[in-house]
Amino acid sequence: MRVIRILPLLILALASLLFGTQALAQGLTVQIVNGVPSAIPITVVPFGQQGSGPASPVDIAQIVSMDLDRCGKFRTLPTGEIVESPTTGSQIEFATWQQLKQDYIVVGRTAYDGGVLRAEFELWDVNKQQQLLGLSITGQGSDLRRVAHQIADQIYQKIIGVRGAFDTRIAYVTMVGLGKNAQYSLVVADSDGYNPQTVVHSHEALLSPSWSPNGNELAYVSFESGDSAIYIQNIATGARRVVSARPGINGAPRFSPDGKRLVVALSFQGNVEIYTLDLATGALTRLTHNLAIDTEPSWTPDGQNVIFTSDRSGKPQLYQVPAGGGTPQRITFQGQWNGDVAVSYDGKKLAVVQGNGNVYRIAVIDRSLGGQETFVSPGNLDESPSWAPNASMLLYAATEGPRGVLYAVSADGRVRQRLVLGDGDVRSPAWGPYRTP
Amino acid sequence: MNATVRVSVIALFCLAAAACAKKQEVKPPPPPEAPTTTTAPTTTEGAFTPADLQSNSCLRTRVIYFEFDKSAVQSQFNNIIACHAKYLRDRPMARMTLEGNTDERGTREYNLGLGERRGNSVESALEAAGASSDQIKVVSYGEERPVCREHNEGCWHQNRRVNIVYTTE
Repeated sequence: MRVIRILPLLILALASLLFGTQALAQGLTVQIVNGVPSAIPITVVPFGQQGSGPASPVDIAQIVSMDLDRCGKFRTLPTGEIVESPTTGSQIEFATWQQLKQDYIVVGRTAYDGGVLRAEFELWDVNKQQQLLGLSITGQGSDLRRVAHQIADQIYQKIIGVRGAFDTRIAYVTMVGLGKNAQYSLVVADSDGYNPQTVVHSHEALLSPSWSPNGNELAYVSFESGDSAIYIQNIATGARRVVSARPGINGAPRFSPDGKRLVVALSFQGNVEIYTLDLATGALTRLTHNLAIDTEPSWTPDGQNVIFTSDRSGKPQLYQVPAGGGTPQRITFQGQWNGDVAVSYDGKKLAVVQGNGNVYRIAVIDRSLGGQETFVSPGNLDESPSWAPNASMLLYAATEGPRGVLYAVSADGRVRQRLVLGDGDVRSPAWGPYRTP
Repeated sequence: MNATVRVSVIALFCLAAAACAKKQEVKPPPPPEAPTTTTAPTTTEGAFTPADLQSNSCLRTRVIYFEFDKSAVQSQFNNIIACHAKYLRDRPMARMTLEGNTDERGTREYNLGLGERRGNSVESALEAAGASSDQIKVVSYGEERPVCREHNEGCWHQNRRVNIVYTTE
C-alpha cells in the first residue's frame, strides 16, 4: 500500500530529474512507410564500458542506430539479432556478420567520469574486413547525446559521402490551452526532438521561426503586442529585438544565406508584398508589386533569388524573382495550390505544400530533373516543410485529430518518423544549420 | 537503480500516453445564425448611440462569414455592413478593428494574407457606405484564432470570418 502511494511521487521526481519540466511525454517512433530495398545494412553493437567510472547515462549505440534508421539510407540490425558483442575491431568475427548480411559494423566503448563522456568507436567494412573509421568523441553536461549524433554524422559521411546532419537542432512552436488560456512556446531541441528548451513564451500566436545561418539566432513572428511583429532573438542569451512592427502584416521572415538580410512579407503599403530588410541599416527593398497575396519568401542558396507564394494567377503558386528586384517568373505548374517553399542547400530540391481539393501534402520538386515531383507525406493537412542542412531529410507539420504533430521524413518519402514533443499542438518546424562540434 | 529507472520511465510513458489518449471533445459552436435584422438601418430614427450596440439586433451582429478562399462580402451581409457603417457615420469618434480569419486549409502565412484581404474587403464595404478609413483598423490572425477545431466544412465555415470589434464606442 505504502509502495503504491510512493510510486507516483517517485515517478514525478525521476521525470523531473530526467527531463526537466519540459517534454514529459517525449518519445520517438520510427515508421517505415515503404520498404527501402536500397537501405544499407549496418550493425551498431552496444558499446562496452571502459574505466572504473559509472556507466554512460546515454545509450550511445541506440542513439546512433535511431539516427541511421530514420534518415532512410540505412537499416540497422535489431538489438535482438546482435548475437555477439565485440567492443573493439580485433574482437569482430567477420563471418558472423557476413552471415547476417551486414555491410558495415560499428563497435565502441565509453568512459564516463566527472560528468565527461568519452566514446571511442570504429567503423568496419564487413566484407573487406577493413577499418574505415576509428575516432574518439567527448561531450559533457547537456551534450552527452551530441556525442552519439556526432558519431552518426561521421558514419553517414564516410559511407554516403555527404556531411551528416544528425548533430543539428530544430525549432518549433507549441500551443496548449484554448482561447484566452492559450500558451504558445517557441522551442529549440536536438534534431531527434530531445533536449527541448523553450526560448519564447507568449499568450498570443507565434509562427514562422527561421534560423540565422550561424545557428545563434531565430527570427519569428509574434502577435504578443496584438498585431504581428517580427523579432530576432539570440537563443543562448534570450536577448531580442523587434525588426519590423509596421502597420498590417509583418510576416514570413527568412534569413539570407549570409545572415545580413531578412526577406519578409509586409502589408504596410496596403497589400502584402515581399521585401528584403537589411539588418544593419533597416533599409527595405520591395520585390513585388501586385494586388495578389505575395508571401512565404525563401532565398535560393546563392542569395541571388527569392522564391515566394503568390495567388496572382488565381490559386497560390510559386514564383521566383531576383533578390535585387525584377520580374517574377512562375515556377510551379502541377497541383491546384502550391506554397510555403523550402529550398534545399544545393538549390536543386524545392519542398512545397501542395493542395488538391481538401488534401494538402508535402511535395518535393526536383529542379535538376525538370521539375519531377514526389509526394513525401500522406496529408490531409500537412504544412511547413523544412530541409535538414544536407537535404537528406525533411521536417513537416501534420494534423492528427485535434492536435498538430511533427514528422521527420527521408527525402525520398520512404521512412517517416513521428516526433512526439510534449503536450499540445506542435507546428511550424524549422531545421537549423550545421553546428560546430 | 537501473531497473527502477527503466520501470519508472515505462510508467512515465504510460502516463503520458494516457494523457494523450484522453480525447478532448471539441464541440462545434452552433451554426452562425442568419442575420435577422428586425431594425433595418435605413428606417432607424435619428442617430445611433452606444446603447444601440447592445440593443439593436443588426449592430449586435459582429461577424461576417466568407466562402472558401474568397474575400468578397456576400450580399446577405449587406444589412450588417450598412448598420455598422451608419454607426460609424453617426459617431465619428467611434473606432473599430476588423479581425480577419481563415479556416485551417492552406499555409499559415498565406492565410495571414487571406485574413487581411477579408478584413480589407469589409473595410472597403464600410467606407463605401460612408464610414471613414480613420475609424477602421484591420488585423489579420489568419488561421491562428479558430472558433472551431474540427476538420470539416461545418467547422471551417465558422472560422472563415471577419470579427467586428469596437475599440471606441
